Amino acid sequence: MTVEAVFRREYGRCVATLIRFLGDIDAAEEAVQDAFTVAVARWPSEGQPANPGAWIVTTARNRAIDRLRRESVRDERHAQAHHLYGADAAAGTAPQEETVPDDRLRLIFTCCHPALNQLAQVALTLRLLGGLETPEVARAFFVPEATMAQRIVRAKRKISSAHIPYRVPAEAELPARLKPVLAVIYLIFNEGYAATTGSLIRLDLCAEAIRLARVLAELMPDEPEAQGLLALLLLLHARSAARVTAGGSLTRLAEQDRRLWDRDLITEGQAIVRACVQRGHPGPYQVQAAINAVHSFAPSFDRTDWRAILTLYDQLYALTPTPVVALNRAVALAEVRGPAAGLDAVNDLRSPAMDSYYLFHAARADLLRRLGRVEEAAAAYDLARSLTANLVEQAFLDARHSAVLDTGPSNQPG
Amino acid sequence: MAQYLLALYYTDEMPSAEEFQRLCVDVPALNAKMEDASVFVFQGGLPPESATVVRPSGGDFLITDGPYTETKEHLGGFWIIDVADLDAALEWAKLAAVACRRPVEVAPFEMRTIDELLAASAAGEL
Repeated sequence: MTVEAVFRREYGRCVATLIRFLGDIDAAEEAVQDAFTVAVARWPSEGQPANPGAWIVTTARNRAIDRLRRESVRDERHAQAHHLYGADAAAGTAPQEETVPDDRLRLIFTCCHPALNQLAQVALTLRLLGGLETPEVARAFFVPEATMAQRIVRAKRKISSAHIPYRVPAEAELPARLKPVLAVIYLIFNEGYAATTGSLIRLDLCAEAIRLARVLAELMPDEPEAQGLLALLLLLHARSAARVTAGGSLTRLAEQDRRLWDRDLITEGQAIVRACVQRGHPGPYQVQAAINAVHSFAPSFDRTDWRAILTLYDQLYALTPTPVVALNRAVALAEVRGPAAGLDAVNDLRSPAMDSYYLFHAARADLLRRLGRVEEAAAAYDLARSLTANLVEQAFLDARHSAVLDTGPSNQPG
Repeated sequence: MAQYLLALYYTDEMPSAEEFQRLCVDVPALNAKMEDASVFVFQGGLPPESATVVRPSGGDFLITDGPYTETKEHLGGFWIIDVADLDAALEWAKLAAVACRRPVEVAPFEMRTIDELLAASAAGEL
């Protein structure tokens, strides 16, 4: 394994352990980066240690202690700054890397603390758990680097000055505290899957989100929603290759070449969904995973079990009654009862918020097209196009717009 | 332990008699609860429509009716509590929000006694 690969896999765990040990995020990052610098210099000639993660933690800890000693000689008060969270550095106890619980869970909950705003939560999670450099995080969210750096600095300062605790919340708080954690991972995936600007799919972000979801699912095996989120991301990611053509244009579920779907990811996702159903504590992520599991079982779009999907959307709407869920439910309804019934359901959802949501107009356009209402369909595609900044989505909507005008008249019902 | 400000923002609108009655019961009850848990440091109240702003202006001072910020809400009262961390402060803030029937702003509060300030200044740090 290359140092780079070890970094990818171990960075979050090492930083999390060092934060507990040092009680300071910046000092922990610095120590872990120091240790990786040593690794780059030594491993090629001396060989990689049997447990590279433990080696990094030990090296980082030793270097941090050296640094603290130097600083405490030079400046007694500076060293005291490292006493947040009741860190155990001063006690000099060597942590047993193999036996201590995984500190990444504490770190996830600290990064996604509800007292931090969501973009700060996302940025900290990618940076501290994913090991992404600040410029990478900035690029991922199309934010200027200086802005992202400032946001990360501010969030770290708040964690320190407001004493945001470094621990896994107690059982009673867990349901409320887990929500922002799941939301952050889902947001990272979504930013990769349907990037708000530029190209459609950014696989690096999708892969990072799946990695984080996997860590969370492993660390919280008894949280059905953590399992549900992982299943959902696996099942969505399985369709990536079929979703965008070689030319970079979008292919809808109906037209995707299902042979391109990743069978391994689907099998894994389906198994998790099955386990969730057996457990019987449904939640929004599990139900969305189940919906995508139904799609993954269908040999073709026409042979999809739309009744099962409609039932699941009803269940999802009962859990999270949002207009977006209602819109997806209406689209499923169109497959069960026909485009006219679907269009009625979509039109019922009209609201100022919906009017600015491009998928609302895209869904209307598609149903109008199927009903042969060409002019209205073209107008709705236009409106949808004006509301998305994603170039691939724009190209897709342009193509639909011309197609509906070209083939429209022959589709006119009598 | 860390200290936090639990701040309550009020409009100039006076609470109804009924609301006032309830506040007179719920707030002292919360004070007692904080005292029992040894988190109460002190509480402060700022009478409505009574603030005055002093600002330097061309070598002199301009005195105007306050408050300083021209928002509808102004700081009306607060607690200073001493608890383990932000999560503990947020739990007390929930109780305060219920007792006072309004949002509560939670901010870390750095109290400095004159002794601490004098010691820091003697060490050349401020």
